Amino acid sequence: MPDKKKIADLHFMNARCQLIDLAAFFDRMDRHGGPDDYRDLALRAAVPILLEKRPDRAKAVLDLLSDDSTELLDSAPFQGAFGAPLPQQGGAR
Amino acid sequence: MKYIEPHAHMVSRTTDDYLKLALAGCEILCEPAFWAGFDRSSAQGFFDYFRQLTDYEPKRAERFGIKHYCWLCINPKEADDPVFAREVMSLIPEFLEKKSVLGIGEIGLNKNTRNERIIFEEHVQIALEHDLPILIHTPHLEDKKKGTRMILDALANFSRLNREKVIIDHVEEHTAALVLDQGYWAGMTLYPESKCTPNRAIDMLETLGTERLWLNSACDWGVSDPMAVPKCALEMKRREHSAEFIEKVIYHNPAKFLAQAKNFQL
Repeated sequence: MPDKKKIADLHFMNARCQLIDLAAFFDRMDRHGGPDDYRDLALRAAVPILLEKRPDRAKAVLDLLSDDSTELLDSAPFQGAFGAPLPQQGGAR
Repeated sequence: MKYIEPHAHMVSRTTDDYLKLALAGCEILCEPAFWAGFDRSSAQGFFDYFRQLTDYEPKRAERFGIKHYCWLCINPKEADDPVFAREVMSLIPEFLEKKSVLGIGEIGLNKNTRNERIIFEEHVQIALEHDLPILIHTPHLEDKKKGTRMILDALANFSRLNREKVIIDHVEEHTAALVLDQGYWAGMTLYPESKCTPNRAIDMLETLGTERLWLNSACDWGVSDPMAVPKCALEMKRREHSAEFIEKVIYHNPAKFLAQAKNFQL
């Protein structure tokens, strides 16, 4: 298995790029008008997970961005998905 | 490097993509029936789609030395109308006679509705009646965890089901262990945005092990990459995984699962 330096050599620049892109996304959302967006709020709620000392941060972020309800729907309200639970599914408000 | 692409929607791809796949070492490609990006207006539309999957695509792939297999079903996105879904499902037995059909798939759930689950269970019953393997689609994004749990609950009601003949696809970090812990196979789909990246898939292989897991591109009409599997293999090499490790994941694992289908030949 490669050591930390090798993994950083391979992936640091990409991770740096993605982190700055996320920061810029938050700046962009803050600069623009309109009501809060549940997807933006969901991402901000996930950020503290990144600094937790745990081996499964990716899973924890995915769990946070998941619909936690347990009931079957009577019919499909639409066909797609948006990446974060809708407020009525318990998502961020 | 030889590999198997176990999940690709080539009806949505150009012939150039077959050339690229062949150049990258793809020897066998499997195409599950899926949503075409729009709802079909009649069962006849599915009849023609099943003809395309069983007659036309194998010929197109063969030009590049790739064996083409397929899976049949009505996908969950078009399964919320049970009357329509059953009309399409009535076409399936005729096509099961075709020599390139592997099993029933990709069935599953989309928005986790009652009707989707009913049609999912009826598909499982068809697979059991014909002793076929099953390929299962799990829902997208925020619906995935709930849908995966519901699929597992539904499958648990089939006492005759051999779990080793079922692969539950599109797993991510929050669903992979749920699937593997219950004895099913799990598929990791490599997408640029909405599913696994190559490095996340490799992380899962490192933490969960390589048993009962495969990688696929699920390339289709959307933002997707038919070269995702060989690109992930290259990333495994960069992360110092052995040639044996890589070959197990991209060739021997899919071959082992697919060999359970009567029509599959290496």
